[in-house]
Amino acid sequence: MTSARISMPSQARRGEVIEVRTIVSHQMETGFRRTERGTAIARDIIQLFVCTYNGVEVFRAELHPAIAANPYIAFSTVATESGTLEFRWSGDNGFALTETATLQVA
Amino acid sequence: MMNRRRFLVLTAATLAAPRLGASADEMQAAIRKVTGGAPLNPGRVTLELPPLSENGHVVPMRVAVASPMTPGDHVRAIHVFTEKNPQPNVAGFRLGPRAGRAVVQTRVRLADTQSVIAIAEMSDGSFWTASAHVVVTLAACLEELPGS
Repeated sequence: MTSARISMPSQARRGEVIEVRTIVSHQMETGFRRTERGTAIARDIIQLFVCTYNGVEVFRAELHPAIAANPYIAFSTVATESGTLEFRWSGDNGFALTETATLQVA
Repeated sequence: MMNRRRFLVLTAATLAAPRLGASADEMQAAIRKVTGGAPLNPGRVTLELPPLSENGHVVPMRVAVASPMTPGDHVRAIHVFTEKNPQPNVAGFRLGPRAGRAVVQTRVRLADTQSVIAIAEMSDGSFWTASAHVVVTLAACLEELPGS
């Protein structure tokens, strides 16, 4: 079961810098491991995380196998206007997940 | 010339030393890919990692860059590299003036005791860097899975 959690304020003053913390459940299989019998275990990672704010990209992270399982990414953004932040994770084997959060800007 | 003895010695050496980590050269190549050979200036970047990690599978990391983050003067990207993981790239973050603050946090895997390098790419095209050394007691990546 794949799920993501977003932690950020629901309200902010215009121009305020808010912190956005995200975590998504994913094993981030590195592709460098082997089974006891020596069979290579295929890579299965999230490669890309993108945050858009009312449709405009404000942050992006390219991930590699060196990112720990259940990737945690925290960043910040300026509260410019009320609206929706959309978070997209995508990766190997067609992995795709989208989550949204709303922000009221006064 | 390749005689039998030399062949055996080479083969044994190759088998005995499986390649686990990237090399310093591979890391430098990965860094050049990002900088295009531009000089790396020490400073402006703060890379926070624990000096000692008991679990290389989950190592908290924070990168902060001193920048006003205005449209005319901001951080375009932050790149993180390691020397001894199986591959040198860890993560690349793209940000801009809309970030407000140039601070990112994540959790990384470290396959060995090693240095981690963070590079900030500024809007004026300059590159700034900081590194941190982490002693890892339980390495990530190298264990086997039971069964199959």
